[in-house]
Parts: sequence; structure tokens; C-alpha cells
Amino acid sequence: MSLIHLSAAELGEKLASGEVSSVEVTRAHLDRIAAVDTDVHAFLHVNAAALETAAAVDAKRAAGEQLGELAGVPIAIKDVLCTLGMPSTAGSRILEGWVPPYDATVVARLRAADLVPLGKTNMDEFAMGSSTEHSAYGPTHNPWDLDRIPGGSGGGSAAAVAAFEAPIALGSDTGGSIRQPAAVTGSVGVKPTYGSVSRYGAIALASSLDQVGPVSRTVLDAALVHDVIGGWDPRDSTSLKDEWPSFAQAAREGARQESLAGLRIGVVKQLDAPGFQAGVSQRFHEALELLASAGAEIVEVSAPNFEYAVAAYYLILPAEASSNLAKFDSVRFGLRVNPAGGGTVEDVMAATREAGFGPEVKRRIILGTYALSAGYYDAYYGSAQKVRTLIQRDFSAAFAEADVLVSPSAPTTAFRLGEKLNDPLAMYLNDVTTIPANLAGIPGMGLPIGLAPEDGLPVGIQLMAPARADDRLYRLGATLERLLEQKWGHTLLSQAPDLAQSEMYAAETGAV
Amino acid sequence: MSEITPDVVRHLAGLARIALTESEVASLTGELGSIVDNIAKVSEVATPDVEGTSHPIPLQNVFRADIPGVTLTTEQALAGAPDHDGSRFRVTAILGEEQ
Repeated sequence: MSLIHLSAAELGEKLASGEVSSVEVTRAHLDRIAAVDTDVHAFLHVNAAALETAAAVDAKRAAGEQLGELAGVPIAIKDVLCTLGMPSTAGSRILEGWVPPYDATVVARLRAADLVPLGKTNMDEFAMGSSTEHSAYGPTHNPWDLDRIPGGSGGGSAAAVAAFEAPIALGSDTGGSIRQPAAVTGSVGVKPTYGSVSRYGAIALASSLDQVGPVSRTVLDAALVHDVIGGWDPRDSTSLKDEWPSFAQAAREGARQESLAGLRIGVVKQLDAPGFQAGVSQRFHEALELLASAGAEIVEVSAPNFEYAVAAYYLILPAEASSNLAKFDSVRFGLRVNPAGGGTVEDVMAATREAGFGPEVKRRIILGTYALSAGYYDAYYGSAQKVRTLIQRDFSAAFAEADVLVSPSAPTTAFRLGEKLNDPLAMYLNDVTTIPANLAGIPGMGLPIGLAPEDGLPVGIQLMAPARADDRLYRLGATLERLLEQKWGHTLLSQAPDLAQSEMYAAETGAV
Repeated sequence: MSEITPDVVRHLAGLARIALTESEVASLTGELGSIVDNIAKVSEVATPDVEGTSHPIPLQNVFRADIPGVTLTTEQALAGAPDHDGSRFRVTAILGEEQ
């Protein structure tokens, strides 16, 4: 098996044993990016220092230093995260070429654990979207079908792992931006408990919802990344001071676990809806049967207020975003556009923001400004905050009856590029399954459960646990992953079509 | 129906400091109207007896010790600025002629 098809855990073992070097592993992934990324467009920037970093890790290992489990393993980083030495644009024209003067805490932790940053991945501008079509730098394409969306906002990170351009990646999830791309690309993604992973240096979208998390092809790999990036950070005032268990250990225990007897799995009635794509519902119910056959008790739970979750989310998010994005004012960083004939600093700001923001960002800033304006605040933002309380109560009641909740990760498989681009409301409704977890701050995992019979595209299941019980996701996720792969006889991503090398790359390497 | 008119959108764009074009004002008026009609349903269940939640995990009094930490240097802080004089960000006129 070639290096790019190995998991991060497997690469870590081969690196530790000296069977391969980090330079070899990193070069294999850079070659893969060169071969397929013209078509996939998962990356906005490839790290020119990647091989140098890999060589430094190899040198440390050769000198006998004790290194972490993922030392020398390459990782892709969503462009919403600030990185020294690499541009960080959040997919926006207003930050084109901006190189931050500091690393996000999660990036600093990757570097401290000797992972090798491969580059920055594409995303919807400021993480506003479900398809990456709102990136100012053009969409990412789904490796399963290049005419389809890879999900969003973190479509770049999900496509990068699904196309074997990187074994693991970082994402961020405000309303599903890690879990929905995982669903439509057949990969794994985790939104940790709110506050359990630092957001310092993550360019803020909606501060009461945003959470950084791992993107991978296996449950164990997500857990290994989570162990590296998680934990208290004094630079993030919302960071939790909890001591966290090893999620990798939870995943390893889950992978070995034979029986799920005693585990109560709650199916959220409102998220198992008749409007969902037939193949999505079919694979979801087959997964439930598989879990039941392993001994889990499947119970139905009701969350009546989830019906209002999308509406509350599209008030809270724009309100917070309109405030967070006020920092893009043409003064301290990023673009500056001087209007014809000059003008005051406010005229310059308005011209800059007109030129630098894309249509979806403008739409949400204006919506948020409206929701927060005098006379409307109580009716909209105030009411949305109350709905948030009701959704938390629904979760509390559901978790009294079940240890873990499940739903399909997304109502459909990957839709076609352009299909929902001109219908913002339809795009928003795509997040119906993932938004409740963000509103309540609880952790959620997306993992693949098969291909929809009607279109042959990946379907994902979402697992949700109470706040601070992220370990339950890794334990159950790893058991389900093993049960499914035993049933199939292979991993899901091994069924993805071979990506033809782009013609330009083939010509350069003499293949044509 | 919502009260989103072209004048409302122009006013909001002014508050948000975005110099929208007239064609953007026209398309946003329609789009925001239908979005607001759909999200206004939150008021159906947001009764007076329900407390609001602003933050998903309750936290109180997040303080640190009042000791100077490591901060960016002036050079680092100015590195990404569109314009500066070496020690400060430089902007165009703050006040207009009529002010």
C-alpha cells in the first residue's frame, strides 16, 4: 500500500520504527497534491517549508529524541486558522496574501507535537456556507464526483483527506462545517465540546458557536489529532479548564469492543425525517440495525424544539458575525480600497468591504445588523437566545434516556456544484441535522456508513454526546467503524474513484 | 411579510460600512425578505417565561493574573497593515469636510 493510503496512526508507527522517513511521507503527499489538486482544489496554499520541517523531525528522531505518536505525519490546515509563514485568508479576498504574525494555538500545538503542516485548505468565505462555493478563490470539488460539492464550509479539509492529499486535517465547525463535509466525502470529522479546543488564532465567525476540530479518514486518527490540539488555553477566555481523557485510548478500546450491550442509542425523531434522501435514510437505518445486532439498545427520543434550530441559528450567527467581521476595516490588516476621489476613513472602509467581501458574507452581515438593530433585537436575537435554551432542554431530556444520540449527518448526499448557489435558504436548510449540537455546545462526530444506492455517493451518520463526553463519540465511533468495515470487507474511501492525474502534471512528469 | 425594503437595506449597509451597489441592494432586499420571513418563527416558542442562553457552556469571571505577558512587537503588529508610518497605522481623513 502506498504511503498516501495509510492512516496517520499507521504512518506514525512506520515513522517510529524507522521504516519510512517524514521526508518520504511528506514528499508522497506533496506529489499527490501536485497530481490531483488542479482538479480537486482542496488547497489554497501549499507549504513551501514542508520538506524542511519534515527533515527537521527526521533529524530529531535520528538524534534519539522522544517524539509523539504523530511526529512527522503531514497535516492540512483549514485557512480559517492563523499560521506563521503561510497566508491565512479564511477564503476571503479581504485577507488575500495576509500572513499572520502569530500561530493559532492549535497550530502551535501541532508544531510542538512535530506534525508537518502541508498547507492551507479551501473554505467558504469566513466559513459561511455548506459547499465551499462561497470561497473567493473558487470551489473545491468532491473527490467522489468532481461535479459535486465537498460540503462546507470545510470542504477543502474534507476533500484533502478523501482525495489522499493529506492523512489528517484541521477544520472548524460553527453549524456543521466539519460534520457535513465529512458526510458528503466519506470521511470522519469531529466537532468537540464547545470550549474544549482553543479558538485563539481561529478567525472568528460566531463566537458562541465556533469550535475547532479534527478531520480524518479514521476514528482513531481524529482522536489522535484531538489529543494533540485539545485542552485549556489561557489565551482563549472560553476555553474549559477540564482535564480530558485520552481520546485515542477511547477509540482503541472502542475498536476492540465486541458488544454494545448496555449502551442506549437515541434516535432523534425530528432528525430522521421523511424529507431526507431515500438512500440516506436507508443507510442510516441499516447502521442502526448493525448497532442493535451488536447489543445496543435503540430508543426513539423527541426534540420538539429542533424545528426552530435553523431559524435561531440564522439569527444568532449573522448577529455575531456582523460584530466579529467589523474588524475588517482596511486599517490593521488586509485589503484597502480607496474610493475614486478620495474620502474619509469611513468611505474607505465601505469601499474596501464592498470590494473585499463576497455576496454571502454581505448577506449575513446585513442580516445580522438587522437582527441586532433597535426595535428588532428582542423579537429576533432575543427570541433566538430563548430557542437556544429550549434546544438545550431538549438535549438534556434526550440524554436522560440515551447515552449517545444519532441522526444522519446531512439530509442528502453531495449535491451538484451550483445547484443551491442562488437559493440561500435552501443552502441554509442543509444544516438542519448539525446545527442543534452547536447551539447546545455538545460534541458531535460524523463518520461514513455507506453509499446511497441511487447515486453511489457517501452517506454519514452523526453521533452526539453530552457536553464534555467526547470520549463516548470516539468509543462508539470506532466500534461502528469496525463493524461496518467487517461487513464491507474494506474501508469506504477505498471505493472512491481513482482521480486521474491532471494533464498538466502528467505532461510535466512525462506520463503523456 | 417582512419589512425589508430597499431603504432598509441601504440603511443597514451604511451601519455595516459596506458600499453596496444598487443592484446588490435590489437582490438583497428580496433575499433578506424571504430569509427573515422564515426565521421569524423563533418568536412562536420564545415565550416570556423562557430565559435566553447566550453561551452554551456557562462560564463566570474568566480572569487571569494581572502580569504583562508576551505581546506582538510594533513591527509584527504593523506587518500586515495596508499603510503605516513605522510606529502607527495610517488612515485617510477621519472627518469629512462638512464636519
